[in-house]
Amino acid sequence: MWEAIRANRRRSTLLIGLMGGVLVALGAMVGEVWAPHRGAVPGAGVALIVWLVLVLVAFAGGEQVLLMSAGARKIEKKDAPRLWNVVEEMTIAAALPKMPDVYVVDDATPNAFAVGRTPDRAAVAVTTGLLKRLNRDELQGVVAHEIGHIKNLDIRFMTLAAVMLGAIVLIADVFLRSLWYGGAARRRGSRESGQAQLVLVAIAVAVAVLAPILARLLYFACSRQREYLADASSARFTRYPEGLASALEKIAGGGASRSKPNRALAPLYIVNPAQGMALTGLFSTHPPTAKRIEILRKMAGRAGYADYESAYRAVEGTGTALLDRAVLGEGSVPARAATPEPARKAEAVARVREVTDLLDRAAGMLLVACPCGVRLKVPAELDRHRITCPRCGREHDVPAARPRDDPGGPLTYRRQSSDAWESFRCACGRTQQLSPAFRGDQMTCKGCGREIRIVGPR
Amino acid sequence: MIPGLVVLAILVVLVLWMVGMYNGLVRLRNQVKNAWSQIDVQLKRRHDLIPNLVETVKGYAGHEKTTLENVVKARSQAVSAQGVEQQARAEGELSAALGRLMVVVEQYPDLKANQNFLALQEELTSTENKIGFSRQSYNDNVMVYNTRVETFPANVMAGMFGFKQEPFFEIENAAERAVPQVKF
Repeated sequence: MWEAIRANRRRSTLLIGLMGGVLVALGAMVGEVWAPHRGAVPGAGVALIVWLVLVLVAFAGGEQVLLMSAGARKIEKKDAPRLWNVVEEMTIAAALPKMPDVYVVDDATPNAFAVGRTPDRAAVAVTTGLLKRLNRDELQGVVAHEIGHIKNLDIRFMTLAAVMLGAIVLIADVFLRSLWYGGAARRRGSRESGQAQLVLVAIAVAVAVLAPILARLLYFACSRQREYLADASSARFTRYPEGLASALEKIAGGGASRSKPNRALAPLYIVNPAQGMALTGLFSTHPPTAKRIEILRKMAGRAGYADYESAYRAVEGTGTALLDRAVLGEGSVPARAATPEPARKAEAVARVREVTDLLDRAAGMLLVACPCGVRLKVPAELDRHRITCPRCGREHDVPAARPRDDPGGPLTYRRQSSDAWESFRCACGRTQQLSPAFRGDQMTCKGCGREIRIVGPR
Repeated sequence: MIPGLVVLAILVVLVLWMVGMYNGLVRLRNQVKNAWSQIDVQLKRRHDLIPNLVETVKGYAGHEKTTLENVVKARSQAVSAQGVEQQARAEGELSAALGRLMVVVEQYPDLKANQNFLALQEELTSTENKIGFSRQSYNDNVMVYNTRVETFPANVMAGMFGFKQEPFFEIENAAERAVPQVKF
């Protein structure tokens, strides 16, 4: 599988080289226009120096700046044990030399990204919304995708490519502006070679306009390819493509970020946070999420790179997601089964019970909880003071409000607890419901209008 | 003079190429070794977790004596196991014992709601996952290494310097295959 990384590296080097060529050509062109016959080489040199300085700045503190601008804070294991464990698991699955630092961003929108220069100095950041909404398998899928970016050295190359793009845009911009404002003076100085110079200027302008567009296209093309590769890596590491697929579904359904999306960070996120905005196909950094989900689901119980590739073909009809034959040679890898989510079932049962209880209360039922776990439902018409639990045979008094001290005194009901619903009967036979929020010491029976005193914990 | 230089250049290139191939083999073998030690680390972690888990469960389900005793026994066997084969068997038994314990635990809602137990449960799930993932990573590494050792031209070099194929960490039976997903 490490062949995938090597292929990715080769391809990235090629792209960076291409962008470098564009950068140098642009610099040479600008130099030639500014100083005819001797400016080309210094111009190219200056362009390279601009780029080098930007790269040094980016590498000196790039990831910290990115994390800070995203508002991420570093966490320890005790802050989010599950996230921490999942990152640890994926570090092992990807055989990274060192576990990346873990950061959390306070944002209700589910999303995640990774930064860093080398696999042993990287960081993974997820939003609090992601932690809240995803189950263990889904979180694992997302973290594996980010670890995939780290493992495939995507982050470093994205930084390099982004800086290169920035340098090209900067130089082209400076040149066009200087031409605009200082053009007249230079034309006077170079009268002797007028015609040739004019042609050169025209070509230079064309290059300066086209270079940033070309560079941006290269940048976005390589960025999209990386998302596919990271998805494939995620499936390969977790052996469970469905986890990432359903996570992507939740993330895409989470809506665009409410806070202003950071454009520099956008290509790093697992799903583009600005996806709500109109992005044309050519200029989007991410493949459409729906397509990514479809590919993952098409893998049908397999989890290898070759399986991802054939799923990609099935969805796209043609083309290749991973661009490397060496990766595909390893054959098919079976996926694993889902991790059972016991808490969810218990939660669902509790929720259903809560709703049916509410309905029963509205229907005037009297609810008595038996210690054996059964909840006895006593209809209002049942005129008995003692009932027997059908499961364990325990006898219960039907709770009722009675005169406490003397037979003619006011009706009184003693509460059992302060944080649960309780129901009891009024002397007239009507069922009364006490909400856990009730804090008063007296209530009125809706049947006969009598006042009932409430005592006990509250 | 010139043919001599050409021969010399070819020799130098050949030697450099062989050095590179040898180093590549060493690197791959070290990756395999490193992956194996990861499995060990995670197994050790699981051993360390068990006494704590048993104590917590005891507080709520003390009368499930045999199940608890089986876990403790399987653990001590796994800790003292010697050699890959014996260790693999002992760990398999420990996994099965833990699985049975978790089925028993299912019947104690109070225990399942206990914070300490929930934390231990997450740790145990994660450790089981890590064992599974380190095994997966070990096998991946072994596959790359074995392919290299077997194929030309590296196989000549491997034969010369004694690089042998490494065994895969196979899972012996279906019960153990289910290990990474302990059911809670």
